[in-house]
Amino acid sequence: MPEHAILAEGIRKNYGEKRALDGFDLQVPKGMVYGLLGPNGAGKTTAVRILTTLVRLDGGRAEVAGLDVATQARQVRRRIGLAGQHAAVDEILTGRQNLRMFGRLFHLGKKRAAERAEELLEQFDLLEAADKGIKTYSGGMRRRLDLAASMIFAPDVLFLDEPTTGLDPRGRNEVWDAVRSLVARGTTVLLTTQYLDEADQLAGRIAVIDRGRVIADGPPESLKRLIGGDRIEVVVRDPANLSAAAAVVARVASAEPEIDETAGRVHAPVAERVAALTEVARTLQDDGIAVEDIGLRRPTLDEVFLRLTGHRADDDEPATKEKVQA
Amino acid sequence: MSVDAKIADDEGVGTRLYWAVADSWTIVLRGLTHYVRQPSNIAWQLGFPIVSVLLFGYVFGSAMSVPGGGDYQEFLMPGMFGMTMAFGFMNTAYIVVYDKARGVTDRFRSMPMAPSAVVTGRGVGDLIGASLDLVVLGLTALAIGWRSSGGVLDTLAAFGLLLLLRFALIWIGVVLGLLVPNEEAAGSLFAVAFPFGMISSAFTAPSLMPDWLGAIALWNPVSSTVTASRELFGNPVATGDTWIEQHALLMAVVWPVVITLIFLPLAVRRFQRLSR
Ligand SMILES: Nc1ncnc2c1ncn2[C@@H]1O[C@H](COP(=O)(O)OP(=O)(O)OP(=O)(O)O)[C@@H](O)[C@H]1O
Ligand SMILES: [Mg+2]
Repeated sequence: MPEHAILAEGIRKNYGEKRALDGFDLQVPKGMVYGLLGPNGAGKTTAVRILTTLVRLDGGRAEVAGLDVATQARQVRRRIGLAGQHAAVDEILTGRQNLRMFGRLFHLGKKRAAERAEELLEQFDLLEAADKGIKTYSGGMRRRLDLAASMIFAPDVLFLDEPTTGLDPRGRNEVWDAVRSLVARGTTVLLTTQYLDEADQLAGRIAVIDRGRVIADGPPESLKRLIGGDRIEVVVRDPANLSAAAAVVARVASAEPEIDETAGRVHAPVAERVAALTEVARTLQDDGIAVEDIGLRRPTLDEVFLRLTGHRADDDEPATKEKVQA
Repeated sequence: MSVDAKIADDEGVGTRLYWAVADSWTIVLRGLTHYVRQPSNIAWQLGFPIVSVLLFGYVFGSAMSVPGGGDYQEFLMPGMFGMTMAFGFMNTAYIVVYDKARGVTDRFRSMPMAPSAVVTGRGVGDLIGASLDLVVLGLTALAIGWRSSGGVLDTLAAFGLLLLLRFALIWIGVVLGLLVPNEEAAGSLFAVAFPFGMISSAFTAPSLMPDWLGAIALWNPVSSTVTASRELFGNPVATGDTWIEQHALLMAVVWPVVITLIFLPLAVRRFQRLSR
């Protein structure tokens, strides 16, 4: 048995002049959630589409479940599930009809397909809406149905392309729970996301992708250490106090504080989150520095990229790229 | 987890064939379920020909004449059948673009199902749908007095030719569906369908049209099918003595075959290009 669920070596994929993937490497061990984190246009979807046999690669090679995606596509398809960036279910059919149809197309017998549909409807808490048209479903329900459809076959490897983009926090939690329960049953999951938080919540390992290649990878903790973890942020009321506040922050920070003059803001990564916050709050008060706002926050994806690449997440993608799912 | 064992990877030709048929049937059932769940769609689809029948049959009917004589309503009905078949490719195009835009096609392609099933299932489903259309239209026609004076076989042959045209247009529908970017754009295909159905012998004889328009209408595949079915139904035909009109039966077979030979491979190629 292969030790990796997914193995990609130097994958290249060009769309005309555009290099969507440019030497993309990935090694995903079995049985874990692997997060692929990157901004718009980084190449996440292209990577997923190549690994799920939907598009051909121009160079390099890739194996899924020990099978070559280029030469053993049919066999690969028996072992994977895919939930693409948009909930790909038939909106005219009901939830139950969708799952039965996909079950049949996964070559389950008629009876087995019907049983499996019931199991999944129950697992994803969709029994109540099972006989309603998908048009009446909320975004979260659609996503869950989409996930259910991608899990009909208990795939060895499940690909989830931005499964929570466009969902409200509740829908997001629903999807996260579904993913967690799947992984508990031994499926390997490759999950792409634009949210650091999501990768942190779900993934045992994260790869950061930028301009078609992986620029950093490791467990979330080491990645967070690399990018400085959580940040403390202080906004002072009087800009004159900014450098004094920066000095206070510097005492607890794990790196040089960054100062934003116009916003009167100073922020820096911290290791001991709560201790740092109380320490800074107390010292500022003792020193009589009036504070507009103080708090801890996660680094944004922008900061991650700035840190890892020295450039901001590419903004030069056309604004028309659709991000909200139907 | 209680899921069936995976199917053996090296399956024989027989197993493959079995699944190709079974998968196609699943897609056919999907198409039929669409019909059942969206009855209003059938109404829309048949609304146009039925309104046309009423409008042209009753309102303009008295002002329309059939060259060579004959009852205009008798003349009109096979035209409506043909026009409905001609418009049918829009349904095919719509569902193809819908599946593509919503990612359903990608889901199918990522599954171990037979790749051909998406297209064959679509084709069979569309033909069943078109047959339903013809039944409803035929009953409407009977209700307002249209009759086929041809024999049973000739009548069936006429309907067969109509379905043959619809069959050929499936492939144009698939190609167009894969070409247009989204569902809204698919709606504008009506701008193609409308003249295709109308500039034909469906409503009136091409000999009554301006020369250039008449020539287009004569060589429109819809005209050959409509004229051939008029002949088989024993309805007024109103043909001139051009070669194409004299060989309507032949051309009602040749056109669909030619269209299929051109567009079926194109459809397959377009489909394969999805993996570029
Ligand atoms: N079919 C295509 N034709 C042309 N260019 C494409 C195509 N698919 C992707 N690209 C380009 O390749 C690059 C990578 O796209 P991809 O969709 O993989 O990014 P992504 O990381 O999934 O982005 P997003 O977060 O917006 O989904 C982008 O610049 C995109 O414009
Ligand atoms: Mg994407």
